[in-house]
Amino acid sequence: MKGFKIIVLAKQVPDTRNVGKDAMKANGTVNRAALPAVFNPEDLKALEQALRIKDNYPGTTVTLLTMGPGRAAEIIREGLYRGADDGYLITDRKFAGSDTLATSYAISLAIKKLAPYDIIFGGRQAIDGDTAQVGPQAAEKIGIPQITYCEEVVSINKNSIRIKRRLDRGVETVESTMPVLVTVHDSAPECRSRNAKMIMKYKHAQTVSEMQESTTDYISLHDARPYLNIKEWTVDDLNADEAWLGLSGSPTKVKKVTNVVFTAKESKILGDKDEEIEDLIKELLENHTIG
Amino acid sequence: MNNIIVYCEIDEGAVVDVSLELLTKGRKLADELKCQLEAVVIGSKTDGLEKELLPYGVDTLFVAQEDRLYPYLTLPHASILTTLFKEEKPQIALFGATSIGRDLAPRIASALKCGLTADCTSLEIGEHVDKKQKQDYQNLLYQIRPAFGGNIIATIINPETRPQMATVREGVMKKEILSPGYVGKIKMLDVAKYVNETDFVVQIIERHMETKKIDIKHAHIIVSGGYGVGSKENFALLFELAEVLGGEVGGSRAAVDAGYIPHERQVGQTGITVRPHLYIACGISGAVQHRAGMEESAMIISINKDPNAPITHIADYSIIGDVGDVIPKMIKYYKKNAK
Repeated sequence: MKGFKIIVLAKQVPDTRNVGKDAMKANGTVNRAALPAVFNPEDLKALEQALRIKDNYPGTTVTLLTMGPGRAAEIIREGLYRGADDGYLITDRKFAGSDTLATSYAISLAIKKLAPYDIIFGGRQAIDGDTAQVGPQAAEKIGIPQITYCEEVVSINKNSIRIKRRLDRGVETVESTMPVLVTVHDSAPECRSRNAKMIMKYKHAQTVSEMQESTTDYISLHDARPYLNIKEWTVDDLNADEAWLGLSGSPTKVKKVTNVVFTAKESKILGDKDEEIEDLIKELLENHTIG
Repeated sequence: MNNIIVYCEIDEGAVVDVSLELLTKGRKLADELKCQLEAVVIGSKTDGLEKELLPYGVDTLFVAQEDRLYPYLTLPHASILTTLFKEEKPQIALFGATSIGRDLAPRIASALKCGLTADCTSLEIGEHVDKKQKQDYQNLLYQIRPAFGGNIIATIINPETRPQMATVREGVMKKEILSPGYVGKIKMLDVAKYVNETDFVVQIIERHMETKKIDIKHAHIIVSGGYGVGSKENFALLFELAEVLGGEVGGSRAAVDAGYIPHERQVGQTGITVRPHLYIACGISGAVQHRAGMEESAMIISINKDPNAPITHIADYSIIGDVGDVIPKMIKYYKKNAK
C-alpha cells in the first residue's frame, strides 16, 4: 500500500484560560492580538491521530491546513516539529469577521485544491468558540461524509476506515468509505511532543510574508530546501466568491456581548429576606446566569 | 406560513428531555410570533410518539419512519431535514446541543447557507436596528450563549437568513406539557423521496450505551453543600434547587465524610475541579482544599449562617442565612420570575 494522504485542520486560538481585560473589541469580536495564542487542543489531538496512521503506513503524508492572520504560521511549525510533512496558511484580510459558515466555505475551497486526499482530521471544536460547526459544515460543502467525536481509529484499509466515537453517554464504532472528514474528541490521546530532529529541520520554515519581514537571506535557504516554505493562500488563490466571506458572508451577527469574568469580584452581602432573595434571582435571570 | 420547527431526538424509543424542553420553549415563542409549532421525528419505531409530543402544543408533527433511520446516522437525517426545511420554510429551527444535534445541525445549516448558533442557554424574541444599512428587523430570534471559554455571554442574531437555527443545551429550559388533549396534525413523510442510498455510506458496527452517569465536571450550574447543610434530608433541598435550575449537586469533603452525598460528587483538591458558570455554596465554610476545586467558577453565591466564613472572600454574593430557609425561597422566586 502506498500510504494515505491526510489533511489536518488546525486553528490557532486565543488561550481562553488566560483572559485579560482587553480581550474583546467594542464590536463584540475577539481581540486576538491581546491574548496568548495556542494550537487548539483538540486539533493537536487530531494531528496525533494522523501521525499514528503515518507511523503505521509508510508513504502516508500529513498536511496541515489553517486559516488566520500571518502569525498562525506558528502552529504549522508546531505541527512540523511533531511530524507533519507540510502546511498551508489561508490568510487574507477579507476573511476577517467570518463566522463558521464563511470559515467552512474558505476551508472547503482549500481542501478541494489539495485533492485528492483520503482523510481530513480536525478537532471537534476550538476553545475560543466551542461551536463544533466548522468540521461538519466543511464536510457538507465538499460533499463527503463526516464522523464526529473520534476517540480512536480502530482500523483502516485501502477503501474504508473504522472509528470509535465518543457520544454523550456511550461509545459507537462506525465504518465509512473514504474520503471522509473526522473530528477528534477531547477524550482522544494527547499529541506527542516535539521531536528534536524535526525542530532542527524545520525551525526556519516560514511563509513568504514572514521571509519578507525578516532581515536575513532566507530566500536562498528556501531555494535550497523547499520544504521550509509554508505556503500561503489568499482569496484569489482559492478563487473564492467574496460575497461568501468575512462579515458579508456570515449570516450570524453578534448583537450584544456581556462580560462574565470582568465584573468586580467584590462580594455583595445579602440577608435572607424574601425581597433580597427575589432581587438576586431576578438579577441572575436578567444576565442569563440562570435560564 | 413560517413556523417554528423542533427536531425531536429519539433514544431507545423515547424522545429525549432536551427535545421536550425545546417544544415547551418553542410553543411560547410560537405564541409570541403568532405562528405554529412543528416537530419532526426520524426513526425506526415512531408509532405512539405523537401521544407524547402533541401535548406540548405541537400543531404539526412530521414523521419519517424506516428501519435504517435508527440509531441516528448523520447523512440520512440531514437529507430529510434539509429537504423538509426547503419545503416548509420554517423561520426558526431548534435542536438539542447533544452529540446528535451538534453533529446534525451544522450539516443542514451549511446546505441551506443559513446561520446557526451552538449551545444556547436562552432564546428570546427581539428586534434589531442595523444603523449602517438603515434597516429595522422585527421578531428576530435572540440566541444567547456563553462563548470564549465561558468568559462572555453573547447574543447572536441572524437578520437575513432563514431558518434561524440554534442548538440548545439540555436542562436550561423548562419542560412542561401544555395540554394533554392538544390536537395536532400528523404528516408521514415518504422517506424514499427524502433520502438517497448514498446517505447510508457510514455504517454502525457496534454501540455501547451507558446509563446516565453523574457528571458534575461539565455541569454549568452546581449547587454544592458542606457540613453546614446539617443532614441528608436538607441535602434534598439542594437536589431540588439543582433540578429547577438545570444543574448538578456537588459537595465538600466534609459533606462526603458525613455521608450526606457520595464521593463522586466531591468538589475540591481530593475531588473534582469544576469551573461552572454558577456555583452555589451552601453551608460551605470555604476551606482552602475546597476552594482549590471551585474558585475559578464564573460566579459564586454562598449561603452561610456565618458572615465571617472564608467563602465570603471569594463569593460574588454572600447570603447570610440558613440553608433550610434560603433555598426554598430561591426555588419559589425562580419559579415566579423565570419565563
